Amino acid sequence: MGMEYLIVALIAFMFVAALVAVEARDLLSSVISLGAAGFALSVIDLLLGAPDLAITQVVVEVVALVLLVRVVLTRTDTSVTAPRDALRTAAVLLAGGVLLVAAFVAVGGAGTDGAMPPFGEPRLSDPAAAPVEPVSAEYLAKAPDETGAANAVMAILLDYRAYDTLGEATVIFVSILGLYAILRRVGRTSGAARAGKGGTAP
Amino acid sequence: MNDPGMSLIVKNTARLITGFIAVFGIYIALTGHISPGGGFAGGVILASAVVLVVLAFGREFAARLVTEPQCHGWDAAGAMGFLVVALLGYLVGGFFWNFLPTGRLGHLYSGGMIPVANLAILVKVGAGLAGAFIALALFHRTTQRREI
Amino acid sequence: MGITLYVLAFAVLLAGLYAVVAKKNIIKIIVGVLILDYAVNMMLVLVGYRSIDGQAGQAPILPGGAETGALAKSAVDPLPQAMVLTSIVIGLGLTALMVAMAIRLYEKYGTFDMNEIRRLRG
Repeated sequence: MGMEYLIVALIAFMFVAALVAVEARDLLSSVISLGAAGFALSVIDLLLGAPDLAITQVVVEVVALVLLVRVVLTRTDTSVTAPRDALRTAAVLLAGGVLLVAAFVAVGGAGTDGAMPPFGEPRLSDPAAAPVEPVSAEYLAKAPDETGAANAVMAILLDYRAYDTLGEATVIFVSILGLYAILRRVGRTSGAARAGKGGTAP
Repeated sequence: MNDPGMSLIVKNTARLITGFIAVFGIYIALTGHISPGGGFAGGVILASAVVLVVLAFGREFAARLVTEPQCHGWDAAGAMGFLVVALLGYLVGGFFWNFLPTGRLGHLYSGGMIPVANLAILVKVGAGLAGAFIALALFHRTTQRREI
Repeated sequence: MGITLYVLAFAVLLAGLYAVVAKKNIIKIIVGVLILDYAVNMMLVLVGYRSIDGQAGQAPILPGGAETGALAKSAVDPLPQAMVLTSIVIGLGLTALMVAMAIRLYEKYGTFDMNEIRRLRG
């Protein structure tokens, strides 16, 4: 049970890092504390029995940090001075209160019948919930034999639910295409900035 | 960031370890069905090798080494490879049917089409992110109005 | 104990939501979207965790030489992990796209401040 306390401590650290990232005056500090939150999330993933996610989260975090630091570091407009917006902050806090109450009811605290399963007992297969088929217990039991892969998560991603992976490859493809389209210069040469030559040339 | 790249120590270190980073990424992608990792993590690690080259040697050198049309080509090839893996299943049963023999559990030759699909995803994610980073670096070069 | 974990995860989600809604700087908005992404991924992984009689759940990977029925007894739920894996990489594509937009806006207007951009555009 000591591990759950460790997970609570790590999520609290991630919350503090997220608050620092949101409220810091200097943009570089806020980006770096976002990196700290990402690394804490990677350790949380490892403790919760998800090593695939830990590896992927670490490398994705590093690349995202490099991108964000490159954007922030070479611009001169890097300190935030806008006054606080009271109306929007109040709206977010109200939404937060509503969400917390809904979460409390869903988890089943203080006498309400929860919709989410208690922590540590996921609904792997629920024969009482017919006609919904039990899924995760079957995946765990049959994945090594049917697919031949020892990693059940990979077997789910690339054999049982491969269509979702095709969808995800499409999403990444489209977002990279969007990036190329945004950064393209139409009608102008991409050499040194020809400021004197005027606008676009057909 | 300055052109052409960083100091001599950084350049020599990058020369030594870029190959290892790329091989590590390919290893994590290929053994995704045995140990944690998979095609996505491997692809991002491979892209980070290209990021290291761009940061250490400057954008001009890196853009000549790994050109953008090359990245576009490999990106599209990875996506088409994944689709081919899916459509090949039609030969046997249906969409995405896993038809290669399952082999022995825990060995590299196991899992049917899963390592092949991991390889396609490695190529797609790696080339896509590398091309995106080079596009961002090259764009930055042409907007230097307030560079020191 | 479970309730504390879920409430803390909701708190992180609220911090990200606050940054997206109430901040004026584009980089702060990007940071807020990323925090929202982390919070949702963390919550999905928390739902899938399984602890059996106080023992921590194992990763859903069969170690070499184990029998094939060992996973069903002691492994955590693999389905949320598969979905979160794709979500993490999609988050990276999203970050790249948002950073490209921020760079383009800075090149055109010279500032990251949304109020300034709104004023200059009109």
